[in-house]
Amino acid sequence: MFLDFFLLLKEEGLPVSISEYLNLLEALNKRVTAFNTEEFYFLSKTILIKHEQFLDRYDLLFGKYFHGIESSELEKKEIPKEWLEKEINRLFSEEEKAMIEKIGGLDKLMERLQQLLEEQKEKHQGGSKWIGTGGTSPFGNGGANPEGIQIGGKGGGRSAVKVWEKRQFQNYSSDVELNTRNIKLALKRLRILTREGIEDELDLPTTIQKTSKNAGYLDIEMQPAKKNRVKVLLFFDVGGSMDPYVELCEQIFSAAKSELKHLEFFYFHNCVYESLWKDNNMRNNDRIPTFDVLHKFNQDYRIIFVGDATMSPYELTALGGSVEHYNDETGIAWLQRFVQKFPNTVWLNPSNEYYWDGVPTIRLIKEVFKERMFPMTLDGLSKAMKTLKGKKVTH
Amino acid sequence: MSEFKGTENYIATEELQIAVNAAIALEKPLLIKGEPGTGKTLLAFEIAKALNKQIFTWHVKSTTIAQQGLYEYDAVARLRDSQFGDSKVNDISHYIIKGKMWQAFESEEQSVLLIDEIDKADIEFPNDLLLELDKMEFYCYELQKTIKAKTRPIVIITSNNEKELPDAFLRRCFFHYIRFPERQTMIDIINVHFPNLEDDLMDEALKVFYGLRDIHGIKKKPSTSELIDWIRLLKLGKNTVEDLQKIDYLSTQPPYFGSLLKNEQDYEHIAKSKRSTQNTFRRF
Repeated sequence: MFLDFFLLLKEEGLPVSISEYLNLLEALNKRVTAFNTEEFYFLSKTILIKHEQFLDRYDLLFGKYFHGIESSELEKKEIPKEWLEKEINRLFSEEEKAMIEKIGGLDKLMERLQQLLEEQKEKHQGGSKWIGTGGTSPFGNGGANPEGIQIGGKGGGRSAVKVWEKRQFQNYSSDVELNTRNIKLALKRLRILTREGIEDELDLPTTIQKTSKNAGYLDIEMQPAKKNRVKVLLFFDVGGSMDPYVELCEQIFSAAKSELKHLEFFYFHNCVYESLWKDNNMRNNDRIPTFDVLHKFNQDYRIIFVGDATMSPYELTALGGSVEHYNDETGIAWLQRFVQKFPNTVWLNPSNEYYWDGVPTIRLIKEVFKERMFPMTLDGLSKAMKTLKGKKVTH
Repeated sequence: MSEFKGTENYIATEELQIAVNAAIALEKPLLIKGEPGTGKTLLAFEIAKALNKQIFTWHVKSTTIAQQGLYEYDAVARLRDSQFGDSKVNDISHYIIKGKMWQAFESEEQSVLLIDEIDKADIEFPNDLLLELDKMEFYCYELQKTIKAKTRPIVIITSNNEKELPDAFLRRCFFHYIRFPERQTMIDIINVHFPNLEDDLMDEALKVFYGLRDIHGIKKKPSTSELIDWIRLLKLGKNTVEDLQKIDYLSTQPPYFGSLLKNEQDYEHIAKSKRSTQNTFRRF
């Protein structure tokens, strides 16, 4: 029962399993809901779907699967138009036919009937007035019950939009727009808890040990509390092709600043060469040699590059290829230095992942970074942080 | 099996009722998510009231660990008592402080257990509760015995979506997302709180409220609880429909605006967007 529906959900990527299917059957067995489509929709939603990101997909699949079944529920008697016309020509007198012409013809008549049927349904009244023909029509007062008559083969005008067709959960998918809060939560994954600093927490095991050694006299031992002390270096690509992503980068930047306690940032343009800068206004004067950066920070630091990795290939691979100056070493050599020095390095790319394979410099940089290039979506950010966490660092 | 239909003070939509009844019938925990202010926490209390059951609430904090829900062993107290030769020391059960889950398990009749804001705690916290939620039992190491639930409590878990919950945990729960109430449901909710509110005041207030929610780019949209507070203030301040109709966010703000909108960036954003639409009209 409903096995096909369950399998359809599974095929389309919803994480449903056998135990949930059995739960659904059990719930139906226990008569938790009445046996109608809408209540079944609610019931299976609560049992099979465990996250709001799947709710929209579920709505679509439910609509698709139950669409055929829904329409066969309503008993619509379709009256072929030609038969109707024939009957009218047979039954109506000349004056009546003339009256119909005055209203606007047979189609207009049908439209009016349709209209009245809708009104009738809404006002919950029987026997609406039939305006225009002075009460002599074969429809209406006491005649055939207008309920269930589908006129002219047009379907769907009467049924209300089903709950699942409304698709109210369209926004809740995981490729959601990043805002600072979401970014902070994704960054929270980059946690390396260490004990450093003021000792303000009771170290129970050591206390017990020392107290026992002390013949039972309390000997309290304190330890510093666990805090997230991950150290991060952020390198931002600024200018030119990165302009469309400015807002996104700002969000990442502000989230990182508040979330990560030990954070240093630097800017570069298109690719890293022999110097970096921290202030974009002073970028021509106040430069920091990249070698200084490479030597100053030890391997514990996690490195994040943020950039679209899109440039002309010679900017990356040629001497003197930089658009701004003559560089003595290739851009890619500098990137390789970073990857060699810091084992935990990732590249965040705000451009669309779909096009990455088509851009040679993106492919090259991805290779240098050992495939650790991630898109700047919530998913990508979480994966990047997980990768960065790497092996536990103990102090 | 008793059925939950909402209470006189809490309007539960049909899908929420079905979710609750399914969870009760199949004895599974029910995970509730939704926008802040939609009544997630309140749900558990209303279920307890409707079904006439006792409720145990466990409000989770960022420092909470799973063990605290079960029990805590006050070793330091025992150490201290032993210094003074107190005979209580001999029985370890004097120093076991029962947590909320233990209390719910031991209750003679079926109770409601609310685990509130489970996403506040550490990211691995829900995983530490898997066995307890599944089998409703746990092992107390100090007492060397397994504590089993006499009757399975109705477990309601709320989450503000601050963290992703682990899959293994989600497997064991039913899930319901409380959507923001539609206009008709909202009218029902307001009627519950303010049965004598004039229809036109309610209409006008709802217009302002939903209008605010519709403005694109607001960081913190006003929610149900804020609407109720605002209407209460409007009644106290004896504001009229005319007061509400005069609102244009540039020279006239809604009365008691601070109860609806809590973020100063949102104030600026609204002023900016209203000014820009005004300018668009001026150009013609």
